[in-house]
Amino acid sequence: MEQLRFAYDGLKSSNVGAYAIAGVVASGDLEILVEREELGGRCEVDIRTSVQGFEKTWSAVTQSFVSTRALANTRITINDSGATPAVVNLRLAQAAQKLDEGDA
Amino acid sequence: MNANDLFAADALRHSYLESTARARAHGMCDDNSFTEWLDPRARLTSPHLEALDVPVSFDDGIVIGEGRLKGEQIFVAAQEGRFMGGAVGEIHGAKLTGLLRRAVQEKPAAVLLLLETGGVRLHEANAGLVAISEIQRAVFDARHAKVPVVVLIGGGNGCYGGMGIVAPCCDAIVMSELARLSVSGPEVIETARGVEEFDAKDRALVWRTMGGKHRYLLGEIDRLVDDDLPSFKEAAATFLRRPVAFDLDAVVAEHARLAERIERFGACEDAVDIWAALGIAEPEQIPSLDLEQFQEAVARSRTGSVHETR
Amino acid sequence: MKRDAQWQWNSLALSKTARLERAGMVVQGKLVAPEDMVRLLEAVLEPEDRVCIEGDNQKHADFLAECLAKVNPERIHDLHIVQSNIALPQHLDVFEKGIARKLDFSYSGPQGVRMANLVEQGKVKIGAIHTYLELYGRYFCDLTPRVSFIAAQSADRHGNLYTGPNTEDTPAIVEATAFKNGIVIAQVNEMVDTVPRVDVPADWVNFVVRSPRPHYIEPIFTRDPAAITEIQILMAMMVIKGIYAKYGVTRLNHGIGFDTAAIELLLPTYAESLGLRGKICNYMSVNPCPTLIPAIESGFIQSIHSAGSELGTENYVAARPDIFYTGPDGSLRSNRIFCQLAGHYSDLFIGSTLQVDLQGNSSTATKSRMTGFGGAPNFGCDSRARRHTSEAWLKAGREASQTGAMPRGRKLVVQIVETFGEKMQPTFVERLDAWDLMDRFGMELPPVMVYGDDVTHLVTEEGIANLLLCRSPQEREQAIRGVSGFTPVGLARDRQAVENLRDRGVIRRPEDLGINPLHATRDLLAARSIKDLVQWSNGLYDPPKRFRNW
Repeated sequence: MEQLRFAYDGLKSSNVGAYAIAGVVASGDLEILVEREELGGRCEVDIRTSVQGFEKTWSAVTQSFVSTRALANTRITINDSGATPAVVNLRLAQAAQKLDEGDA
Repeated sequence: MNANDLFAADALRHSYLESTARARAHGMCDDNSFTEWLDPRARLTSPHLEALDVPVSFDDGIVIGEGRLKGEQIFVAAQEGRFMGGAVGEIHGAKLTGLLRRAVQEKPAAVLLLLETGGVRLHEANAGLVAISEIQRAVFDARHAKVPVVVLIGGGNGCYGGMGIVAPCCDAIVMSELARLSVSGPEVIETARGVEEFDAKDRALVWRTMGGKHRYLLGEIDRLVDDDLPSFKEAAATFLRRPVAFDLDAVVAEHARLAERIERFGACEDAVDIWAALGIAEPEQIPSLDLEQFQEAVARSRTGSVHETR
Repeated sequence: MKRDAQWQWNSLALSKTARLERAGMVVQGKLVAPEDMVRLLEAVLEPEDRVCIEGDNQKHADFLAECLAKVNPERIHDLHIVQSNIALPQHLDVFEKGIARKLDFSYSGPQGVRMANLVEQGKVKIGAIHTYLELYGRYFCDLTPRVSFIAAQSADRHGNLYTGPNTEDTPAIVEATAFKNGIVIAQVNEMVDTVPRVDVPADWVNFVVRSPRPHYIEPIFTRDPAAITEIQILMAMMVIKGIYAKYGVTRLNHGIGFDTAAIELLLPTYAESLGLRGKICNYMSVNPCPTLIPAIESGFIQSIHSAGSELGTENYVAARPDIFYTGPDGSLRSNRIFCQLAGHYSDLFIGSTLQVDLQGNSSTATKSRMTGFGGAPNFGCDSRARRHTSEAWLKAGREASQTGAMPRGRKLVVQIVETFGEKMQPTFVERLDAWDLMDRFGMELPPVMVYGDDVTHLVTEEGIANLLLCRSPQEREQAIRGVSGFTPVGLARDRQAVENLRDRGVIRRPEDLGINPLHATRDLLAARSIKDLVQWSNGLYDPPKRFRNW
């Protein structure tokens, strides 16, 4: 397993939602937990993945995801079992929607 | 129907088989009434899997909580079949056991166990084995407290292994024809007994032997339903506050029923032979029938009501 | 200078007579016992003959191929094989043994690795790798077979043949061979008193053998709906709304795959909700794929012509003669050449691929396998000889037009593929593996399946790139990078250029098409399992065992 950590600043903040979860840790899929947490304005991303060597890709995917959303003071934790960026983006979007809807 | 209607919640059938454990748990409860305990934020992940450098899941593959069904309080546990095949590990098992123990205290109208599992999570070895036995004990304690424990089996992995033993020890079982209930898996049987005894690649044979329809005809389960969340929910609701007798007399009667069953069908080579012996006309058609046709075929069989509740 | 009077103008006919005389020592009449076939082949063949072995996409003359691999290489050697599909081990055994030396073919998917090895060892000399239409065309030009082995379902005692639903390539092979004094040998599954219909007249057939086992057919066109993913559904929604609806595509071909199966299963639901029934997908050139059943049953598709059949659909097809091409006997008649022809001139082709470069060249070639092209390039290219117009063809043509040039139409050629493939291999690359394949096997050209200048649209999970609207190679490159997602190629995009392309509608993201990716769920599929397909067909579809659990 590889562990990756990213942190992002300067994002908009929002009070909507406490937490959300999307996805399942199955082959080719991943589980994403999004929690509102006091982080000094940051968004922190913590990824545990079974596929090594894709740090740049993960960085680009998460960067792109947070850039358009109100995710200041939010922690994103991921358990990944080999999902492609297409699936990662889908699950991130699902988690974001659930967060907005206020139900997990 | 325009595009907006198409995406509205009710327009499309929500397959139970394809739903995640969390969606199934929500689906068994009245609108928005399900509350998850020890939700993913608790990060109750498996230390065993981590030690083996295998991906973990925040809920260790089982969702537990409470909600309302037809206005009554129920407890729900739903196994996630897509994580490690739904197999029971230490944490997973502890969540399930804890739920059942709490049911003894709070006496909900029912405990729903949405099982989809291969049994013991072999990665966790003895911890997994112990977990299953603790679950078994906790089920008996709940039943002793007159809390109905209702099993729902509708996932693609079926319910196997140690949980395939626990399931028939509950008050009632609801299945769809897509699901299977047994103890040893098809590949294990083939490996142990040879392909002439059981060809695991013959999927029709596997479902004929272990699938929902045969379990229903054999009297192993109580309800056969369509593969959608509302159908499972409606069936589960019929068991609220209706525990099945759980005393010495009931066990003795069950053993007598099983003895009679093996006497009656023990010489049958295949499930089709059992269905013929039950008086079903055109037994080889059974697997192809949809639910309605199946119920009609059962009703029309010569021996009348062939299905005796356990 | 005129040839002298002694010149022989009927040498092929004389040769045929001589061969049939030699055959007369082995068998009497047309019907051959299986145990006599090897000796018959040794009598009828001569070294360096050009031999066609029917290897279609699905059907194979496997018994005859097996017999050929057993002839004495000292008597029969250095044959030149012309064959569309190299699929079975015995197809390559003849090269291993020196019975055959030269090969012209089209596709060798299952034998790709062994083929590559034999080529490197010098045991197979490849004339050329063709597309199907090119190869069939050359049967009538410079690759006419001397002897052909074909496969049929049944024969009567005169030698009339019934090829049935899997007629496939047989007419092309028989026409070229029988009408150039060649010899046609057929293996059949059964002998009957009367064939259900005559697909090949006895006149054109020289020998018939009832093979010990039925000829091998693989169900390669069945896709289990249970395996279709949300990403594939998202792309399918974009295709339906952003391409089929936009251009008004009524005539098309779907390349086989889960991506196109998803499109087919969204017609009765998603496309219906957009009011598109009767407006798109009316005429298809495609095999009777089970995933088409819901679209047929709900009135989307009016007519389907097929290149071959598909196991399990025989009764369904026979019950829908208004839709499919069936004979007076009621069963399907497929015909690969005519299906390819119709598909070539239709409005749209859509299929998947493994790799795409920055010009849009697309290839399924990988470094270790030599597989060939099959029929995809015949469908997946502009049809420059086309003259009749349609709404879709004219609309695409207008988008492609350059000022001052002669206006013309344009066929829609769509490549649909996720940005990452298996094992996180990026689809979009700077340089195709095809170049390495060219080097390794000493080919003249890199094996490209669909050329970039024929591709009109690229569809990925990130959106649709409309290459027709690109005005320069640089725009084309950025349009491709703009839908390449997070692959290295995609990450190297010029962000500003891509935004401009999006503003111009050259790139359209799902939200630009009014599609919410979160709506792309499996609940939208009209059928989610093989059993659902059976139900849609009212029990007429009879899936092969491997797809059933009942």
